[in-house]
Amino acid sequence: MSSRNPDLERRLSYVEAIRESTDQEMARDASVILFGLDVDDAKAILGTTRDLARKYGAERVFGTPLSEEAMTGAAIGMALAGLRPIHVHIRMDFVMLAMNQLVNMAAKTHYMFGGQEHLPLVVRSIIGKSWGQGAQHSQGLYSFFMHVPGVKVVAPATPYDAKGCLAAAVRDPNPVMFIEHRLLYYQHGPVPVEPFTVEAGRARVVAPGTDVTLVGLSYMQVECQRARHYLEDAGVSAEVIDPIWLSPLDIATIAESVRRTGALCVVDNGWVTCGAGAEIVAAVTERLQGQREIRVLRLGFAPVPCPTTPTLEEHFYPNARTIAAAVFDLVRGGPQGWMPAERPDLKSIEFKGPF
Amino acid sequence: MRVYPSDAIKSPVHLSIGQEAVAVAVCETLRREDVVFGSYRGHAMYLAKGGDPGRMIAELYGKATGCARGKGGSMHLVDVANGVMGTSAVVGSTISNAVGYAYANRVLRRSGVVVSFFGDGATEEGAFYESLNFAALKRLPIVFVCENNGYAIHARQSMRQPLSNICERAAVFGIPAERIESNDVLRMHERAGHAVNALRAGKRGPFFFECITYRWKEHVGPGEDFGPGFRPREELAQWIENDQLGRLAGLISPDARSAIQGEVDAKIREAFAFAERSPFPDASELHSDVFKEP
Repeated sequence: MSSRNPDLERRLSYVEAIRESTDQEMARDASVILFGLDVDDAKAILGTTRDLARKYGAERVFGTPLSEEAMTGAAIGMALAGLRPIHVHIRMDFVMLAMNQLVNMAAKTHYMFGGQEHLPLVVRSIIGKSWGQGAQHSQGLYSFFMHVPGVKVVAPATPYDAKGCLAAAVRDPNPVMFIEHRLLYYQHGPVPVEPFTVEAGRARVVAPGTDVTLVGLSYMQVECQRARHYLEDAGVSAEVIDPIWLSPLDIATIAESVRRTGALCVVDNGWVTCGAGAEIVAAVTERLQGQREIRVLRLGFAPVPCPTTPTLEEHFYPNARTIAAAVFDLVRGGPQGWMPAERPDLKSIEFKGPF
Repeated sequence: MRVYPSDAIKSPVHLSIGQEAVAVAVCETLRREDVVFGSYRGHAMYLAKGGDPGRMIAELYGKATGCARGKGGSMHLVDVANGVMGTSAVVGSTISNAVGYAYANRVLRRSGVVVSFFGDGATEEGAFYESLNFAALKRLPIVFVCENNGYAIHARQSMRQPLSNICERAAVFGIPAERIESNDVLRMHERAGHAVNALRAGKRGPFFFECITYRWKEHVGPGEDFGPGFRPREELAQWIENDQLGRLAGLISPDARSAIQGEVDAKIREAFAFAERSPFPDASELHSDVFKEP
């Protein structure tokens, strides 16, 4: 059941939304426990865990040794014992050290126990971008987890969804990979004061359109919404959809949109090959084949490790203008040689680090 | 072992035969609410902790009445009610799970003790050291038990580790660590009991034991792995001579011994009969239990 507070007057940042949701869930349920490298230090994971150690004590909120696999394994043990752990990684790249526990253990616990045990576990991780984040601070590796049955995956793009999805993830009796993006931390938006959940498996149509369906994942949702304005200037009406939850994935909502528009572009915050975009395009195509002629396009990272220097990094990521140009070609049925001039109001935010 | 060649057992078995003494000695000191985590060679641990024999054999048969409803198999025996909280095919993976459980016991103000069983091979995994580090840092109520049978599949410990000092490696974390030689069931029972009682009395953990033992059968399956390219058969003789089951049997009267033998044989027969007469899971079960419904 999704509950939605009508009070949308108050605006919070993405950071504040995550902090507030964590705080409210910890207050609501004494079994919620929060840990990870640096969650209790002065920087408090960019503010998302600020003051929680003081409020809930060092037993429920603690910094960990640099032991990603064992701390993930410990989180599994805690969940088996009846706690609801939130394990935080300041970069998603570090989650790779915990793959054994997440893929071999957490994802299979409920099944391999024949349903007798379950694993309420939230793993928060942040994808970086820009200012020299480079190859090991920038990866959006959520498709790895979409591949594995038994894990849910969510990548909220707004403060509203960050708060609601985190509450849903904490209350979910299964492992949830909660994926944040560093640039989304600057987003502000309406967020109800009261706790609420944004339930798994429901996409949101963010902006209506008629010519093409534009699906943006994680931070690329922001770039897609900017691209929609550029496309509007060029006479193309794009419907923008945010899947929010990547597993379970709401293909029905996306497919229904594509049934109307006849064209689908998925902009991934990761590499294209075997990525979330590949899955979305394939699933929509399976549904609509034989019923509707459709055009499809996947955009994402260039197929290289992310470089640090800005002159190369600029070409590594899709942005609102390159997305608009590619979608324009998709809708028109071939290369048009059109690239919108940058509008100051749609310029990407400048990220200044250090993290 | 006689059933295995018949193909009734639908699961690769990594037999504990020869090294049961470790699990028996340690689990005998535990209560029902205490929990154990172990490895794919976990039959002895499962049974010693009170796991249901019928549900174990049914699990090996892949039956719906198995301890994991036929979804775990021999390498993933569980019995939640009796504190068998999981075993893993991927070496060393449950050590950190046990540590987390012990942390939760503290947070939840439970007095239960956690025991983590693993082999000598697991001590080569990085997560072993990560787990010891965290357990020692937080002084957790957990007992680590390394069942050192000297081999990882066919590779002896000296081919994999520069020094035979597993115990010392635990000790450098400030963990009281003790090596117990010769599969000595009574000594292990006494020392494990001391550690478990200390934890129950509120003394801070963890404790570490390296128990020297030996598996009689090959790595997986009921066959043997002695001979050229494998283990020297001469090794086995001393362990058979040192069989702890025989040792314990020698401590009681022949009448008591045959009474126990009869009881155990009946339990085994019933366990196999239970597995034989149980149904396989319905095909619809393939898709159940991937996610727990909220």
